[in-house]
Amino acid sequence: MTTYDVIVIGGGHAGCEAAAAAARLGARTALVTHRFETIGAMSCNPAIGGLGKGHLVREVDALDGLMGRVADAAGIQFRLLNRRKGPAVRGPRTQADRKLYAAAMQQALRAQAGLDIVIGEAASLGIQDGRLTSVTLADGRVLTTGAAVLTTGTFLRGVIHLGERQWSAGRIDDPASVSLSESLLSHGFALGRLKTGTPARLDGSTIDWASIERQEADSDPEPFSTMTKRITNPQITCGITRTTEKTHAIVRDNLARSAMYGGRIEGVGPRYCPSIEDKIVRFGDRDGHQIFLEPEGLDDDTIYPNGLSTSLPEDVQEAFLRSIPGLERVAIRRHGYAIDYDHVDPRELLPSLETRRVQGLFLAGQINGTTGYEEAAGQGLLAGLNAACRAGGGEAVTIGRHEGYIGVMVDDLTTRGVTEPYRMFTSRAEFRLTLRADNADQRLTPLGLEIGCIGTERSIRFRDKQQALAGLRERLEALTLTPNAAKAHGIALNQDGIRRSAFTLLSRPDVAWADLCRAWPELGSVPATVAEQVMIDAHYAVYLDRQAAEIESHRRDEDLAIPADLEFDSVPGLSNEIRAKLERQRPVTLGQASRMDGMTPAALTLIAVWARRAGRPAA
Amino acid sequence: MMARTIVAVATPPGVSGVAVIRISGPDAAEVFRRLAGKVPRPRAATLVTIIDPLDGTPLDQGLALWFPAPASFTGEDCAELQVHGGRAVVAAVLAAILTVDGLRPAEPGEFTRRAFESGKLDLAAIEGLGDLLHAETEAQRRQAFALYQGRLTDETDRLAQQLLPVLALVEATIDFPDEGDVTDAALAEARGQALTVRDRITGLLADAGRAERVRDGVVVAIAGLPNAGKSTLLNAIARRDVAIVSPVAGTTRDALEVQLDLGGLPVVLVDTAGIRETMDPVEAEGVRRARRRVSEADLVLWLAPTIESVTERPEGAWVIQSQADRGATPMEEARHRISASTGLGLSALLEDVRAFASTMLGGEPAVVVHERHRLIMIAAKVALDAALRHPDWPAAAELVAEDLRAALAALGRSRGRVGTEAMLDQLFSAFCIGK
Repeated sequence: MTTYDVIVIGGGHAGCEAAAAAARLGARTALVTHRFETIGAMSCNPAIGGLGKGHLVREVDALDGLMGRVADAAGIQFRLLNRRKGPAVRGPRTQADRKLYAAAMQQALRAQAGLDIVIGEAASLGIQDGRLTSVTLADGRVLTTGAAVLTTGTFLRGVIHLGERQWSAGRIDDPASVSLSESLLSHGFALGRLKTGTPARLDGSTIDWASIERQEADSDPEPFSTMTKRITNPQITCGITRTTEKTHAIVRDNLARSAMYGGRIEGVGPRYCPSIEDKIVRFGDRDGHQIFLEPEGLDDDTIYPNGLSTSLPEDVQEAFLRSIPGLERVAIRRHGYAIDYDHVDPRELLPSLETRRVQGLFLAGQINGTTGYEEAAGQGLLAGLNAACRAGGGEAVTIGRHEGYIGVMVDDLTTRGVTEPYRMFTSRAEFRLTLRADNADQRLTPLGLEIGCIGTERSIRFRDKQQALAGLRERLEALTLTPNAAKAHGIALNQDGIRRSAFTLLSRPDVAWADLCRAWPELGSVPATVAEQVMIDAHYAVYLDRQAAEIESHRRDEDLAIPADLEFDSVPGLSNEIRAKLERQRPVTLGQASRMDGMTPAALTLIAVWARRAGRPAA
Repeated sequence: MMARTIVAVATPPGVSGVAVIRISGPDAAEVFRRLAGKVPRPRAATLVTIIDPLDGTPLDQGLALWFPAPASFTGEDCAELQVHGGRAVVAAVLAAILTVDGLRPAEPGEFTRRAFESGKLDLAAIEGLGDLLHAETEAQRRQAFALYQGRLTDETDRLAQQLLPVLALVEATIDFPDEGDVTDAALAEARGQALTVRDRITGLLADAGRAERVRDGVVVAIAGLPNAGKSTLLNAIARRDVAIVSPVAGTTRDALEVQLDLGGLPVVLVDTAGIRETMDPVEAEGVRRARRRVSEADLVLWLAPTIESVTERPEGAWVIQSQADRGATPMEEARHRISASTGLGLSALLEDVRAFASTMLGGEPAVVVHERHRLIMIAAKVALDAALRHPDWPAAAELVAEDLRAALAALGRSRGRVGTEAMLDQLFSAFCIGK
């Protein structure tokens, strides 16, 4: 019998981060996966980052996670999305070479001290007196442990649908986990069913590239990780085409043969990642939908047609693909399919991602009802840190809504649950101007340093950057000039005689860094990255001050813990409906209670009073 | 610890046909069991004999009403006893109720507070309820009842409903920039919508003065040169006891105010000091104040016994020829001819003033009634002004969104809040987004 501090089940994006994070905190960790080669596999689109998602990758990196560095090593088309919008809503993204990505991830895990890769199928969880005690593999091996992170993706009772056919599977070539699903059910976890889908993969040599629009990579690719000095991979272009009336007609005529519209799928799919069937049914009046043709690798001419996820039968897939400009003679390498799978109601989880039912059992990734590699990675990281804390007897690590997108996501999941696969959006973050991709390290690396999951090299770089930022900010506050002097340097101000600091000047939309350098030539030597971040802070200064006040009030609610043994039955004045919801969901803080569906201001007042009373030590 | 059960007499003290005693809380049923021997059928009037639980003596006979939680005013179990309205009866029944374990007298406003805490009434409804209890005129009653019925919250809900798609659209330009779903035309339309909401709020704020007039009365100043008969007129009107509400001393030694209910409309009549040039510093101060009172009044009745005293009248003032019984020549400028001593023309004048007040206070009750409502609307307007100041919405989308969220948060303060989920629902129902 082998013993580990932490066992991570699953080698996808959540599992890799969880295993590495637990090991970084010094826990003896095992990563259990079916096959070594599928570690770090990108099961769907070959890209990392995007709007909201890029923020998550930066946050994972800020806590010394892997995804940012691995994506930098595998990225073949870096693009900063929303470049023409404000810095708070820009999203770093890259196409990734599948093989390079998996290889870089596997290498990173091999290099991680204290981490074993165990090849096998996790079959059941050993649980005694509400505590996790072991994980049993299908071949009979038993691994004892006090903490496990379950990251099973779409493998829990996964069923693939392709036209009229369906079969049990976790991914196209991998078996589903049925016994683990039953193991969870037997412990009373509430399970739901969700659906996702993927498009066909195309033979790039059969595409008429000359006839379609191209999209170039950024000329100055911006890495995800603060540890990456520069991007060295050659950068490729993608194609952009559109569906046609003919495409829509083919899809419409064959809807009955789609697994989804034939009524054979019980899971609920995401609204924001609709299949082509969904697009035609819901938005049939459009004359076309945009399709991105994304190469899967530098030495791989397989093309991922982004925007064409489908569960139509093979012959229909071929027919509608060939109705799209540029794809008239396209050959299909693998057909698209839909998959539906079990997930656990994330309201079963604490903000540490530990289950309420079983101490020591953590869940991360699609099993919690999310979709996307980045969402999985963020949860995996947090769950891995907390599993290690559980094993080592430390306090749980949590990230608040005001600290990071990871915090927003985990709070949304554990407070509100899911009705469709959950994906990150910038609009989910109420403190969006504060939580930016550019300041992820400023927000989260200090937390990482405090708990000890940051490596030496990053610690040094971070402290240097911190000092440079603080120093520049101080300098800019100290440098002042009169409107007259400003005019001499070409900066137009109200001639009111009031001296303004360089920082105040920078907050004006019409003042650029170069203007300041004219007034104070010594600023010319400030490194561009440092200047850039201080400029962003200045740009949002007015809004950030207001947001700081909102965050303060948010924190007050978050700081008011609701005692785990508070009996809501004994709180007078609560409606039966709210009382039942509170008993079921057991919010951990007043803030979490405030975000529950159907909560009233009056009920919150009552809970606050009673939580304070119960939290006070007995006289 | 459970909440105690509270009891209070809901009717005013004194002798009356019926007095109503209300009980709310977990032991309300126990009160019925002990004093009436049973818990009556819910929401049905039941005749019971009320007995003293200590020795079984009958105290009175009355109606018992039972409203089990949560279908009651407070949301708790509520018991109501209608007994004969004599002081001794009420005192005896109350004392008997208080012998039941867990009962205590209610504090002022405690029933309403419990209704608020159980979500039965929101803040605006409570404000309306308070106004309703204090309403003295029909116009005040209408305004208070409208607030109680949700006139403010219906309006803020409607405005929020109009802003939500605007925010959703702006968010779509941020989170789904590739799809081409958000056209320039759609954004221009959204901007127009935000402008409409802003203008509506501006209008509501401008209308807030009307609500204040309904609450405090339309101010009608009686002005004119000394000895024009101002005080005589005021006294004559005050003597008609159908009209008078409460005479109170004015804020200056020279002004006297009388609050009137003219056909359901609140009107405050103000007598001003005689207005003339004077060397006497005390009188000069009175004149100065009188001028101010006149300038603030909604309507000025300029009393002039003779044609000479018509001069100096403020613009818009009604010329009232006073002392018309003394045989002076009727004036062309006079809107009314009156005699305070004979009562000549007084009814016509009061009817005319009522018509004026009716025009001023008429129409649907105002939305913005209290200072709290005004602050909510101002916060929303400030945020919308900020959003509309950004000339290029797509380029400043994250700031526009921030301003729109602030506006929605302000509107939400009249009741609950607008969650991100509501915004996303809007977003998804209207667009085909993502890949």
